[in-house]
Amino acid sequence: MSVAATEARTVAVWGERLPVRVLVAGRGPAVVFFHGPWGLVWDPFLDGLAERFTVYAPEHPGTTPGRADDAYQLDGLWDLVLCYDELLEQLGLATAALVGHSFGAMVACEVAAGYPHRAARLVLIDALGFWRDDAPIVNWMLLGLRELPAHVLRDPTGPPARWLFGAGETGEAALATQVRLTWAMGATGKFVWPLPDKGLGKRIHRVRAPTLLVWGEADRLVPPVYAEEFARRIPGARVVTVPEAGHAPHLERTATVLPLVRAFLSA
Amino acid sequence: MKISAFHLMPHRELPADFERRYRSVWVTPPWWELADARRVGQYYTWTLDELLHAARRGFDGVCTNEHHQNAYGFMPNPNLMGSVLARLTSGLPVAIVQMGATLPTHNPPIRVAEEYAMLDCLSGGRLVAGLPLGSPMDVNLCYGIPPLEHRARYREAFALTLRAWQAREPFAWNGRYYQLATVNLWPRPIQQPHPPVWVPGSGSVSTFEFAAEHDVCYCFLSYSGARAARTMMAGYWEAVARAGRDANPYRAGFLQLVAVAETDAQAETLYARHVEYFYHKCLHLPGPWFSPPGNQDYASLVAAVRHPVRRAENPKDLRYGDFVERGYVIAGSAATVRDRLREEVIRGLRVGNLMLLVQFGSMPHELALENIDRLALEVLPALRGLWTDEGWVNHWWPATLRAPAAGAPQGAGRAPTPAGPAAPAGPPPAAPRADAPTRAAEPEAPRLADGRPGTRR
Repeated sequence: MSVAATEARTVAVWGERLPVRVLVAGRGPAVVFFHGPWGLVWDPFLDGLAERFTVYAPEHPGTTPGRADDAYQLDGLWDLVLCYDELLEQLGLATAALVGHSFGAMVACEVAAGYPHRAARLVLIDALGFWRDDAPIVNWMLLGLRELPAHVLRDPTGPPARWLFGAGETGEAALATQVRLTWAMGATGKFVWPLPDKGLGKRIHRVRAPTLLVWGEADRLVPPVYAEEFARRIPGARVVTVPEAGHAPHLERTATVLPLVRAFLSA
Repeated sequence: MKISAFHLMPHRELPADFERRYRSVWVTPPWWELADARRVGQYYTWTLDELLHAARRGFDGVCTNEHHQNAYGFMPNPNLMGSVLARLTSGLPVAIVQMGATLPTHNPPIRVAEEYAMLDCLSGGRLVAGLPLGSPMDVNLCYGIPPLEHRARYREAFALTLRAWQAREPFAWNGRYYQLATVNLWPRPIQQPHPPVWVPGSGSVSTFEFAAEHDVCYCFLSYSGARAARTMMAGYWEAVARAGRDANPYRAGFLQLVAVAETDAQAETLYARHVEYFYHKCLHLPGPWFSPPGNQDYASLVAAVRHPVRRAENPKDLRYGDFVERGYVIAGSAATVRDRLREEVIRGLRVGNLMLLVQFGSMPHELALENIDRLALEVLPALRGLWTDEGWVNHWWPATLRAPAAGAPQGAGRAPTPAGPAAPAGPPPAAPRADAPTRAAEPEAPRLADGRPGTRR
């Protein structure tokens, strides 16, 4: 599905112990994209961003093929944020636009709160990071791979299901995807288990970057009420609710979301 | 051969439509709809009485374990049960097999080392220290430990436990997950250098490799019987060989459901609905909960995806005849049960420490006592000498209890006498064997009255 020519660059962080693979593509101002709980797949949304920007998409520790055990290197969210600060430093990105999806949006927001000067702009797509008793977040890691697409996507039969979950694959490819998705959920899930609120509310006031919140109107995983949790804590944050989209509006409604995000990042 | 009676302490009276009406037996079953505290008190009492009965009838050990938020087996702290059993079996050559308190659910985990040391003191050195990882439902879903940290926390807690028992001087523990400035356990166990350690597991490669590496007894807690366990146990024995250990059958434990009656046909009449209750209701939970992402390490995950060995079939589609035929349950006459245990389980899997689930599901108290009686009197005697006859020594059993029980179990030669809750449960305890841990001042075990553990008069 990839149109842009991506280059895989590996940057060692964490005292050289943790090699982080970063997919890089495009030309223009730097945009760092943090992927969600299901691993990094170069999708049409990233392709679209790469038309205007240089996209840096790091893989969360443990999700890179052949580096499964890197999932054990870090102990908590604080370690992960420090690693990404090191990564941005090593990539020569004193400041960059940070974009994240789901778990990746939580990471982007944490980095922007931890290192306010690093984030020039912030785009959070269906972000994790808070917990509301009146809108409990279903633990996606307990749904099983069969039920997962229908919970994450408004239409579990469309192309986004193929990109995110390898829907329609058979044989060896299906088995490999099963392993990849399960491990990616475990490797990212350790930072948010059992509830995806690790105290962002205490730190989010430090965010200085202009912020765009993109939310799928039909997100069953992190309901749109969570956009409010971010919006009321980040001065000037703008919320865009995307109709006919679930937890991955940038993939489900790329034609709507991509221009919005590009315009926001270019402003 | 050492043969212990295992108990889960299940809810015995779930509604007939339980598995259709509720999502899961674990984590989410609604207490207020399904249980009554006074009735549950009765379940606990029955559980203790059944295990005591097994101890008095001549079982080598009594096993309890830890689970949380469920109707499948709810002893959140098995050491509370073990403590009662230790006291009420004083003087009997019976091991208190804790299968046990799960390390990752305790913080700090030295709590387990302390309680086990208490049990070892209280039992006169009869403790078998099961150190389980705990099920994903308990540790990850109920107790909030990230699945990916589950094993690493366990390994650290395991090392801390063994050191806490043995250290001659107080020490500081600066671990990845646990930090303690002064570890100086009071009490320490009687058994030196530490009580025998068993590591229960449900087939995970990394668990049995851990067991082989640490020279402890690996216990496969399976509900799918010996046939389904063959590949897994063969893998364990390969891991044992790779670790440079001998093929001592006492390195292996296995849990087996058993149901004995006068005849095979009688067994079906007596036990069929309890077997189906167990497999249809007590194991009713969403499949993905068994292995949340990260709970299996990467190698185990790949192995599980590529070779799904366990439960290709859905137990809900099976009936009593299927469970017996496949060996999930070994049921029938004493002769049937004895032969299948010997060939399929003990010899077939090379198991020295056998655990028998003597009560399961809805099996009522009286029937459990009958099952225990028949096992103790008609099945165990023929199996006891296995492995010992080849000269193997059970290094994973309390040293003072290692010798095969001398003579016949209590009540031998008598027809099984199912003891109702109103009847005194069995004759007074046998005189302690010469090598049993006894003390002049140790009082005789209290008798039971009205099916409840009584106080000594």
